[in-house]
Amino acid sequence: MPWDRNKMAARAALELEDGFYVNLGIGIPTLVSNYVPADYDITLQSENGMLGMGPFPTEDEIDPDLINAGKQTVTELDRTSYFSSSQSFAMVRGGHINLSILGAMEVSETGDLANWMIPGRLVKGMGGAMDLVAGVQRIVVLMDHANKAGESKLLKKCTLPLTGQAVVDRIITNLGVFDVVEGGIKVVELAPEVAMDEVRQKTEATLVG
Amino acid sequence: MGKVYQDAASALDGILFDGMSIAAGGFGLCGIPENLIQAIKDAGTKRLTVASNNAGVDDFGLGLLLQDKQVKKMISSYVGENDLFMQQYLAGQLEIEFNPQGTLAERLRAGGAGIPGFYTATGVGTEIAEGKELKEFDGKTYVLERGLKMDLAIIKAWKGDAQGNLTYRKTAMNFNPECATAGKVTIAEVEEIVPVGSLDKMAIHTPGVYVQRIFQGAHEKRIEQRTTRAA
Repeated sequence: MPWDRNKMAARAALELEDGFYVNLGIGIPTLVSNYVPADYDITLQSENGMLGMGPFPTEDEIDPDLINAGKQTVTELDRTSYFSSSQSFAMVRGGHINLSILGAMEVSETGDLANWMIPGRLVKGMGGAMDLVAGVQRIVVLMDHANKAGESKLLKKCTLPLTGQAVVDRIITNLGVFDVVEGGIKVVELAPEVAMDEVRQKTEATLVG
Repeated sequence: MGKVYQDAASALDGILFDGMSIAAGGFGLCGIPENLIQAIKDAGTKRLTVASNNAGVDDFGLGLLLQDKQVKKMISSYVGENDLFMQQYLAGQLEIEFNPQGTLAERLRAGGAGIPGFYTATGVGTEIAEGKELKEFDGKTYVLERGLKMDLAIIKAWKGDAQGNLTYRKTAMNFNPECATAGKVTIAEVEEIVPVGSLDKMAIHTPGVYVQRIFQGAHEKRIEQRTTRAA
């Protein structure tokens, strides 16, 4: 059975290592914070200018001066530090953040990522995504294997404008875990009861190994 | 020469002109110079180029300057929250230059620090890098981005003094320190003007040299996404 959103997030949480500084994208990646092992010391970065992001506030704790990169109200922790936008992206671009888990529209077999615009549709902007994929040590994409029309999102070549070129290390979909390697996409793990045939049938990218 | 002004309108006196460029602090609606934006709307200054991470919402923040079509061009990383913006953009009445968020922050920082350009890996291989100089360092490709210097910077801080020293509060800091340095003239609106000497000198985020005018204002601090957990 393919993974649902929560199982995908739980699987993505296995990418965390004790002591990591992590940036989570908007959408399913946000759910990963629900599955951080209790004995791990993980610090979440929010690129609007915060290290050590806490949970959503109670009604009484709401502070308009304290939001995350999704513009949602959040809370601080004892470890929290605040900083300006250039400082925030210095730690991103400078490779000081260990891991970023992001959503995607398309990923290519060479690790290209497209997740910021669809030509002809409303263009909202890339926010911090281009900086994150260019600078964070390891990029893991969390996305459905196919789009709503049933077409593979793991492609030989992206059709949409890129967010970054050769930036993705690993892709976790509802069908399994896949690595970008020399020559194509390597199957690392399959979701329970998902057969290789199904993966082959639903993957346009070259599968290797 | 005193830096303290009574309100946004008096602080802007003699500064605004049609076709000028403005850097505006804030992330979403957090830490935006609410009073200065309203005063620029009231002044009716036209053909503005505005560098700001976002463009506000329809009826608040920089969205107010779109209502009377005062903005010619936005330099932003994300404008998804604003329908008016989309209408004017699709009608060809408004230009947008998308900058990756970190690139925008660094352009303002660099411009304010006398650095005309810098190389970054952000955007290499994407349409952001098209038409820009590429250069290889240690086997990796980078794109040249220019520093930004603006005619005016409008920023919001938490506390400030008559010398222009500023401190920001939590994530309301965001782009404000960078914008402060990037303006030929910088005007800060603060929640409270405190006596000179009362701010912790070791915790001043923006030293007064960057700030030419300052005033105290009231702030609505509208929240875009009110997310909570059970108590």
